[in-house]
Amino acid sequence: MASSVSSKLYSDDVSLVVVLLDVNPFFWAGVNANSGTNQPAAALSFSKFLSHVLPFVSSILLINPLNQVVVIAAGVKSCGYIYDSGGGSDGTSVSDLRAGFLRRLEEFVERDRQLCRDGERAAATTSSLLSGSLSLALCYIQRVFRSGILHPQPRILCLQGSPDGPDQYVAVMNAIFSAQRSVVPIDSCVVGIRHSAFLQQASHITGGIYLKPQQLDALFQYLSVVFAADLQSRSFLQLPKSAGVDFRASCFCHKKPIDRGYVCSVCLSIFCKTHKKCSTCGSDFKQASADSRSKSDSKRKTLEAS
Amino acid sequence: MGVVTVTAKFKPAVKEPGIPGMLRMTEERFTFTPTDQRSTVKLDVSFSKIKAHRFTKEGTKQALLNILHDTEKGGGYIFEFDNFSDRNVCRDFVGKVLGKFQTVPSPVQNAPELSTLVHGEQISAAELERRMKLLREDSELQKLHKQFVMSGVLTEAEFWAARKNMLDSDTYRTSKQRAGFKSAILADVRPLTDGQSNKVTFSLTREIIHQIFAEKPAVRQAFLNFVPSKMTENDFWKKYFKADFLYRAKNTLAAAAEAAEDEELAVFLKKDDIVAEESRRKIRRVDPTLDMAADAGDDYMHVMDHGILRDGSKETADTDNGLPQRTLLQDLNRHAAVVLEGRSNEVELGDTRAVAEALAKSKQVELSNQAEDEDANPDRLQRLRRMTEIEDLQGSQNLPFAALCIKDPREYFDSQHAIALKTLRETGGGTKFDNLILSAKEAYEYLVDQISEVKGGMNGPVIQSEAAIKILSGLNQHVSSTKYNLGKSPQESVLGRLPNKTKDEILDNWASIQELLQHFWSSYPITTSYLYSKVTRIKDAMTQIYRRLEEIKESVQSDVRHQVSLLIKPMLQALDAAFAHFDNEQQKRSAKSEGRHNGVAP
Repeated sequence: MASSVSSKLYSDDVSLVVVLLDVNPFFWAGVNANSGTNQPAAALSFSKFLSHVLPFVSSILLINPLNQVVVIAAGVKSCGYIYDSGGGSDGTSVSDLRAGFLRRLEEFVERDRQLCRDGERAAATTSSLLSGSLSLALCYIQRVFRSGILHPQPRILCLQGSPDGPDQYVAVMNAIFSAQRSVVPIDSCVVGIRHSAFLQQASHITGGIYLKPQQLDALFQYLSVVFAADLQSRSFLQLPKSAGVDFRASCFCHKKPIDRGYVCSVCLSIFCKTHKKCSTCGSDFKQASADSRSKSDSKRKTLEAS
Repeated sequence: MGVVTVTAKFKPAVKEPGIPGMLRMTEERFTFTPTDQRSTVKLDVSFSKIKAHRFTKEGTKQALLNILHDTEKGGGYIFEFDNFSDRNVCRDFVGKVLGKFQTVPSPVQNAPELSTLVHGEQISAAELERRMKLLREDSELQKLHKQFVMSGVLTEAEFWAARKNMLDSDTYRTSKQRAGFKSAILADVRPLTDGQSNKVTFSLTREIIHQIFAEKPAVRQAFLNFVPSKMTENDFWKKYFKADFLYRAKNTLAAAAEAAEDEELAVFLKKDDIVAEESRRKIRRVDPTLDMAADAGDDYMHVMDHGILRDGSKETADTDNGLPQRTLLQDLNRHAAVVLEGRSNEVELGDTRAVAEALAKSKQVELSNQAEDEDANPDRLQRLRRMTEIEDLQGSQNLPFAALCIKDPREYFDSQHAIALKTLRETGGGTKFDNLILSAKEAYEYLVDQISEVKGGMNGPVIQSEAAIKILSGLNQHVSSTKYNLGKSPQESVLGRLPNKTKDEILDNWASIQELLQHFWSSYPITTSYLYSKVTRIKDAMTQIYRRLEEIKESVQSDVRHQVSLLIKPMLQALDAAFAHFDNEQQKRSAKSEGRHNGVAP
C-alpha cells in the first residue's frame, strides 16, 4: 500500500473514504453520565463507538484492496489526521491497524487536552470542530485530485455526535459548497441525540446520505449497509433518503424561523417585522416606507422546502 | 340574446359527410332542419340538457362545433359550418346560453355583480369578454370560477387578479398582426398588351397606389404637386406608367427625349432625391463602433455599373443621358426597406390624395425626429469616445456608492443557525444532557479510559445477529416506503391505480386548494379590513375542503386507503400551515387590540 498512488490502475469502484471522527470529550463523557437513566438506545459509550468504527474502517479496506481510508479526529480545540491507510507506516494487518489507530488517537486526545486550560468546565453540548475537520478532509482530497489523472473516488463520512456549533455556520457552509464544487459527497451518520442541521444540509447539497440510526448498539450494521458501498455502486442501490431539509431562514431580530419576512435591501438581513432602520447595517428605510408603507422593502420569501 | 340562424351540416359522426340544413338557436333550445325534406334527421334539443361544447381551432380544416350532452362519454351533436365566422357566432351563443343555464340554479348568482359593485371596480366590456372567453375555453378554470366566485368565496376581481398573466397573454394573442406590403408589386404591375392594337394596359388598385407612394417618395411628391392643379389624377398615372413603360423597355434614348420634352414625366425617370437623402441620413446614423467605414456605398441605392437590371440583362446602358438605371437589387432593397418600416394603419385606402398626404406627413414626422437625432451628434461623439476609451489614460470613474457597514458580523452570520438550534432544542425534549456541565479534566480522562478499554481488545462480536436483521429490515422498509410513489408511466403512479371517481375528486380538491392557498397567502400581511374579511372567507372555504378531504380518506376502500392518505397528507399539511398562521395572526390581532383598549381606558 505504500507504493505511489498514481502508479495504480484505478477503476471507478475504488474509494477514498475520509472519516471524520467526533472526539469531543464533553459529548462522550456527557453521554456516559447520562446513560442508564433514559434512552438506552441513544446511549453509546466511546469505546463501543470505536469498536463499531474500527471494523467498518477495516471492512472498507477489505472490499477493495485499492481502497484508501483516512480518519480525521475532530476535537473541541483542534483537529488532526489520525489514520491514513495509504501512509504505509502502520502496516496492513488488522491488529496493526487497530494499534496504530488507537495510538494516534491517544496522542490526539493528549494534544487536544493540552490546549484546554486547567480547570476549564464546559457543557456537554459543546460542539466539535466540524468545520476544521471538513476543511482538512477537503485539503487531503484536493491533494489526491492533484496526484494524477487516476485517483480513487473520494467521499467524506461524518460520524458526529455533538451538536452543531452555530459559530461555525459560515465556515461549515463554505466547506460544504467547496465539496459540492469538487463533487465530493458528504455522508453523515449522526450518533448524537438530535439531528444535525449542518450535516443535513451538507448531505443534501453534496448528494450524500444523511442517516440518524435509531439503534446505536448496532452502529456497525448501519455503517456497513448504508455507507460502505462505493459511489459507482450507489447508483444501483436504493439507499435511505432523508425526508427533507428545512431551508427556512430565521429572522435576525428574534432568531425565529420564518416563512415570509422582510429583507433589508442593502445587506439582505431578514426580519419578521418592519423596522425603520436595519439593525445590522443601519440602513434607513424611512424614505422608502414614507410613500408606500413598508411595501418597498418587503420581499416575500417563499418556502423552499416543506 | 335573441336567435341565431345559420346554415350548417349536421354530422352524426365526425367521419361522415354531414347533412346540410339550417341550425336555429334560441335561448332555450336549438333545432336543426335539413334542407332535404325527405331526410329524417331533425333535431330539437333543449340547452338544459347540454353540458358543454367543443370546437375546432380557427385555421384548421373544418369549422366544427360539438354540442355535448354528456362530457364523460363524449356524446354530442356535431355541426360543420361553411366558415369560421359562422361557427364563432354559434360558439359564442352556445357559450353564453350554457353559462346562463349553469348559473341559474345557484342561489347567489348575483354575487359577482354585487362584489364588483362593492369593490367599485369598473370592467370594460372588452375585458369582460376576454374573461368570458377564457372561461369558455378552459373547463377547469370554469369549474374553479363556478366553485369560488359564484359561491362568494372570492370576488370576481380577486379571482382574476391572480390570473393577470392569462388575460395579458390573451390580449397579446388576439392583437392583430399587421400585414406589410405585398411583394407582388415588384413583378405584378406589368403592362398587358392585347397584341392587336398598340395599346398597353396597366391595372392599378388602391393598394398598388399606396405602395407606389410608399416606395417612391418622388412620385408621391409629384402627385401632391401636380394633382389636381396641373393635371387630373388619371393623367398623372398615365404619365407615370408611360415613364415606367419607357423605363422597362430600356428605350433610354426615347426616355431621354421624352424627359427633355416633358418635365413632369422627367420627374419619374430621374433619380429619387428623397430616397437618396433618406439613405444618406441613414448611413450617417450608423453607429461608428459598429462600422466606422459606413458610407454611401453601403446602400445599393445609387451604386452604378453593377447588378442585374430588371429584365435580367446584365449589360449597362450608357448613362450619358443622366437617367439612372435601377438594378433589380436596388428595387428589392427599396421594397424591403419599406416593408420593414411597416405601414401605418391610419391611412385608409380611400382617396388617393389623402393617402399621399398622410404618407408625406408621416415622413415629415420621421424627418423631424431624425433632425433631433442630428442634434444629438455631440452625444454620439461622446459615446464613440467612451467606447474606444483607453483605460490607462483615463482617470478613475467615481461611481457613487455607500459602503456596507455591518455592525456585528457575528449577528449577521450566526443568525441562520439559530433556527437549527431552536428546532433541536424542541425535538430534544430537554433532557438532563443539555444542562450537564463537565470539567475538562474528567472528560478527557474518560476519553483516554475508553480508548485504553478498546486497546485491551474487543470482547464478543461487533454486532448481534438479531439486532442486525432488525436494522436491515427496518432500513429496507424505510427505503421501499419512500420510493413507492415515484412511478414513471401514468399507470404506475398512485393516481392511476385509484378509482376514477376518487382520482377526479382528489384532483379537483387539489386545484381548489391551490387556488385558495394562493389567495390566502397573498393577502398577508393584513393591512386593511377588506383583506381581513377575504382571509376569513377563504379560511372558511378551506375548512370545508379539509372536511371533504377527510371524508374522501374515509370513504375509499381499504386497499388504496394508505396511498390516498399519502396523497392527501401534503394537502392537509399545507392547509394546516395556513390555519396555524391564521390562528397565530388572530391571536396577535386580538392581543394588540386588547392592549390598545387598555391603553385608552384608564
